[in-house]
Amino acid sequence: MYKYDQYDQAIVDARVAEFGDQVRRRLAGDMTEDQFKPLRLMNGLYLQLHAYMLRVAIPYGTLDSRQMRMLAHIARKYDRDYGHFTTRQNIQYNWIKLEDSPAILADLATVEMHAIQTSGNCIRNISSDQYAGAAADEVADPRPWAELLRQWSTFHPEFSYLPRKFKIAVIASDEDRAAMKLHDIGIQLVERDGKLGAAFYVGGGMGRTPMVAPLIKDFVPIEDYLSYTEACLRVYNRYGRRDNIYKARIKILIHELGAAEYARQVEEEFAHVKTLGIDPPAAELERISAFFAPPAYDAGAPDSVDRSDPDFAVWLDQNVKAHKQPGYAIVNISLKPVGGIPGDASSAQIDVMADLAERYSFDELRVTHAQNIVLPHVAKRDLYAMWQALTEADLAAANLDLISDIIACPGLDYCSLANARSIPVAQKIAQRFADLDRQRTLGELKLKISGCINACGHHHAGHIGILGVDRKGTENYQLLLGGSGAEDTSLGKITGPGFDEDGVVDAIERVTDKYLELRDTGERFLDTYRRVGFDPFKEAIYG
Amino acid sequence: MAELRFRDDAALEQPAVTLDSFLTQSNATAVRLESDEDARLLIPHLDRLALVEVAFPKFRDGRGYSSARILREAGYTGELRAAGDVLVDQIAFMRRCGFDSFVPDVPLDAEAVEASLNFYGQVYQGAADAGVPVWKLRHG
Repeated sequence: MYKYDQYDQAIVDARVAEFGDQVRRRLAGDMTEDQFKPLRLMNGLYLQLHAYMLRVAIPYGTLDSRQMRMLAHIARKYDRDYGHFTTRQNIQYNWIKLEDSPAILADLATVEMHAIQTSGNCIRNISSDQYAGAAADEVADPRPWAELLRQWSTFHPEFSYLPRKFKIAVIASDEDRAAMKLHDIGIQLVERDGKLGAAFYVGGGMGRTPMVAPLIKDFVPIEDYLSYTEACLRVYNRYGRRDNIYKARIKILIHELGAAEYARQVEEEFAHVKTLGIDPPAAELERISAFFAPPAYDAGAPDSVDRSDPDFAVWLDQNVKAHKQPGYAIVNISLKPVGGIPGDASSAQIDVMADLAERYSFDELRVTHAQNIVLPHVAKRDLYAMWQALTEADLAAANLDLISDIIACPGLDYCSLANARSIPVAQKIAQRFADLDRQRTLGELKLKISGCINACGHHHAGHIGILGVDRKGTENYQLLLGGSGAEDTSLGKITGPGFDEDGVVDAIERVTDKYLELRDTGERFLDTYRRVGFDPFKEAIYG
Repeated sequence: MAELRFRDDAALEQPAVTLDSFLTQSNATAVRLESDEDARLLIPHLDRLALVEVAFPKFRDGRGYSSARILREAGYTGELRAAGDVLVDQIAFMRRCGFDSFVPDVPLDAEAVEASLNFYGQVYQGAADAGVPVWKLRHG
């Protein structure tokens, strides 16, 4: 876990003072809402349908128990006793009062947290692999590199009024657990001839014009990492469109310029930027990396687990993943109980997860882009006790990566941009497939729901995606098939005319029935879809 | 006359000409750069420039921040003015990018500007000002 020093703390404290002053000027009428809007947005404060929503940054999704307890405290004191974990590995609160927001930021600052750049047309919270530091397949821990970007991008004077928001992900393994190629910049740390470097994928994204990021440079030497990123941003800031917000993302620029021409201009800019001394010395990376040193594992921890409790065994097989350290495991806590709201957790549940992290996971938690929580370093001998505690807190849903592990945006229940509700659809699907044996028979099936074309619910990247639209004043749901946010990134294809709420659930069932009929041994839904193509499923849906 | 000026030299009286005029007129010493114009075109002429005015048609249009840095990084030391929809809470970032004078469409409250320039004692990254990034403070 990264720990603030005096400088980090001073900057976050200054932000609390500055934002308090901005809110005071707004409440006093010295600033118009139009002038205040970009300022509050750069602090993650949105005006939603019913109230202000505050989004709190969880850099690269990593936090400790003290920070997790603060998130529960804020839900309890300033909101309605729950919070919503997001696809950007952050948390947001839906019922915030503007006049409370300075006090909330002050509370957050006491545990080295903030809401800086969680919205607005600036560089957003850096996302990463939720298994960082625990996965066996990484070439390096990506979090120090994400932290370096966090510091570089915080209050970047040149890149705080970009054409549009800007999202960066950093991963360090070939298996992509962070939808890296669907970011404005996706960085994969790689090794070449024993040296660490970074592959840059630029211009991916979802929204109304989804694109998979092309590879712009296959190996940036690690000592040029920040300079190269700065060059990527400067070319975008100069040429990104300002005349149409729907064409302002970097993916449009790269699509119009062509990846090769963009790469050429970045290279030219980089040759200049590199002379400015932007990259910190190796000593700074070493300082940051020391905070992410492996925890003090028990080298003698037993590697076997007693599977005699059948319910526990099901959870173990579904939600617990291999750890690089013998005797340890990665635990996924699903925030998708049947009938629940995807990503929501009550204050009491947040406290339980904090307690379990402190007791069993070297005080560490992660938030995943699929809106679940990870306890990254749990000794196998503690798994049963932990599962019992999770069960008691209604946190033991054994559905990781199954059809009911749904990503969903807040939709029309909260969001002023939405055209349709997402949450009730997610709940109906989960109820239809509530039988866990049935879900396990279907196997890995990533279902993602957005309540409008902005795609916050990642519907383009769902094996099955749902897009809510407004059709002549009624909510209508389009179905997409074949998307993926993993290393085999692909964009889903719309099946045809949309459905009402119950109709889309029926259509999904026809798709899954067809899959069971067509699949070869060992094939996931996505594999079968890719093998047999779109038509058999379309036929099954529309007859 | 700039409403806010962070320079000791006398303000220039000559009006700023458009980029096109500047590039064809050899005697102009002041130029206005619109937000979609490329600051790099001025680089060969920096030695005869005393004022570059960068337009901010809307405060959300941030191209001028890059224009400013490009000019400062190329060695320009004359007056660099931000003009247009310039608001209190943009001044600190603009100062960091190298602007040293401001002509806002709507006059700014001097106290609010002063306060906004003093919230932060530290910066995370190098830019076109004298701010020292914290990684340098950490490692000497």
